[in-house]
Amino acid sequence: MDKPQAIVIGAGFTGVAVAYDLAQRGLKVNVLERGPLVNGTSGRTHGLLHSGARYAVDDQESAIECIDENLILRKIIPQVIEPNGGLFVALNESDMAYREAFIQGCEDCHISIEELTPRQTLALEPNLNPKLITAFKVPDGTFDPLRLAMGFAASANAYGAEFHLFCELQDFILDGMGNVKGVQYLDRSSNQIKEIHADIVINAAGVWAGEVAGLAGNIDLPIKPTPGVMVAYDQRLCQRVINRLNEPGDGDIIVPQRQMITVGTTSFEADNLDYIPVFDDQVQLMFERGCELIPAIRYTKERGAFMASRPLLDSGTKGRSLTRTFKCIDHKESDNVDGLVTITGGKATTMRLMAEKTADLVCQKLGMHVSCQTAEIPILSYRKFHLAQNREVA
Amino acid sequence: MTQTWHVTYEIFRKKGDQPSHFDRFEMEVDPDEYVLDGIERIWAFHDRSLVFSHACHHSTCGACGMLVNGVEKLTCITSIRSVTKDGGVIRVQPMRNFPVISDLSVDMTDFYQRMESVGHQPVVTIGYEDSKGKFNTEDDLLRLSDCIECGLCISACPIAMTTPAYLGPAVLAGAQQSGDLNPCVLELVDSENGAWRCHSAYECTEVCPSNVDPAWRIMDLRKKLVSRRIKKFFGIK
Repeated sequence: MDKPQAIVIGAGFTGVAVAYDLAQRGLKVNVLERGPLVNGTSGRTHGLLHSGARYAVDDQESAIECIDENLILRKIIPQVIEPNGGLFVALNESDMAYREAFIQGCEDCHISIEELTPRQTLALEPNLNPKLITAFKVPDGTFDPLRLAMGFAASANAYGAEFHLFCELQDFILDGMGNVKGVQYLDRSSNQIKEIHADIVINAAGVWAGEVAGLAGNIDLPIKPTPGVMVAYDQRLCQRVINRLNEPGDGDIIVPQRQMITVGTTSFEADNLDYIPVFDDQVQLMFERGCELIPAIRYTKERGAFMASRPLLDSGTKGRSLTRTFKCIDHKESDNVDGLVTITGGKATTMRLMAEKTADLVCQKLGMHVSCQTAEIPILSYRKFHLAQNREVA
Repeated sequence: MTQTWHVTYEIFRKKGDQPSHFDRFEMEVDPDEYVLDGIERIWAFHDRSLVFSHACHHSTCGACGMLVNGVEKLTCITSIRSVTKDGGVIRVQPMRNFPVISDLSVDMTDFYQRMESVGHQPVVTIGYEDSKGKFNTEDDLLRLSDCIECGLCISACPIAMTTPAYLGPAVLAGAQQSGDLNPCVLELVDSENGAWRCHSAYECTEVCPSNVDPAWRIMDLRKKLVSRRIKKFFGIK
């Protein structure tokens, strides 16, 4: 019997994880991505493997997803992770006022934390502001964005999934009833229009998911693109992720990676998602906020500044208070368009879980009874990733 | 106060079997922007068919290596100010010594496979010493290793240009970094297309954006290979 065919739109974290899960469950998967792997939001993350503690007070559903998935990713893909943990640091009375809620939130979300004295904290991270009042150890980590995606894509490859990079969706192929039967796309490396048919199409286009779904009909998705700036500095001034012990705010996270650190981030709303400029005043804000936590940033060379747009779910609130959890939508249920499923929202840390829920829905729609195994199986080496075989290399 | 420069991007173009050419794009830029920002704007606002590789935009992934005015650069951290002047040209080409997929993107598959075969460690201990080739085993904290597999060293290498069979600087440096010279790795590196092919031009070290110093590592690898042979000759394990 022929395998059921699936097309995944987008090769960000969600797309590669969905491709892996579906291929692992026995579907023939083709992934279409208009650029290279993780060229949009996913690539441009600061690479924080969330412990969930950041959201333990305000967004507990997301916090629990983060800690559960954090522990799974450490197990299945250690090749791309710096597993050194993180600290939540209090510098003033306002930070201390958040302390009780933080302890309670972490307990509610089963995130293991440990309070340290300033002396203990400074022994771990000598470059921290010596005026710190208290600090909590949390199980944060750091990941390499490109290699995280390549790992999942390599594992998808091993189950027969094919990645068509630089292939931009032009339109859906619909049947007479308006249901999705396939896609028409432009292969940007040969300038040719091509088609693939499939039993199901999964829209994993992140902040662009609204534009993609719009091609299939009058579909409205609850996504609020929320960009933020990040600034990388040219020295590894801390070994662990440093968070400000307070409500989530601008420039309250410092993420070490390789020989540098990245300070992030801001939160605003944008219209054009294809190019979001880096604003100087936000870079300056990251510098100032970063210096509060690690004063030595003042004497460190800036290595790069960049911007990424989070695909947050719209619950009628603004910026910071938007939930970090995700949503999987069957457009048969919501818009009477069969053959199309959208997955969006979420965090890089929860990519595997997002894929599991999406693949559950897809399998249910196709009448397949296969369970998810991605939490147990180690991911293959990211270096085993390869492009679709039919690609002609000039 | 931010400045505005007027620059011309000259971009290498190649689609399928068609002959390659350069396209020119006149741009208003902030000289402190990065070369990659300009390329992304060309794609976003002028030509949606432009193919280029990029991901992290802060030099941790190694996807955006290109030739900028003839020199290998990681375009996400290369400021426009550092490669041209107001009214000047930024000529962008794909890296050398790799198959071109289209325009500015190259196929790194074989290169990644070679890095895998020599056992380059993607995660090392915090105390790993770049320039001395030693591990500090006291510290149990880990970090991602310095080599971001951008391929710039292979693009800049005059020997890699003579033959695709040569393993190239990053791969040989990867073997040295892993420290595990098992028979499979030895067969690759202790060979005509391995460590002995290098002509010590040091171009690799010159263009490396992560201070990996591949040329030094190749020399160190040779030292290890010679010492192995001498020990073997005298029957020392």
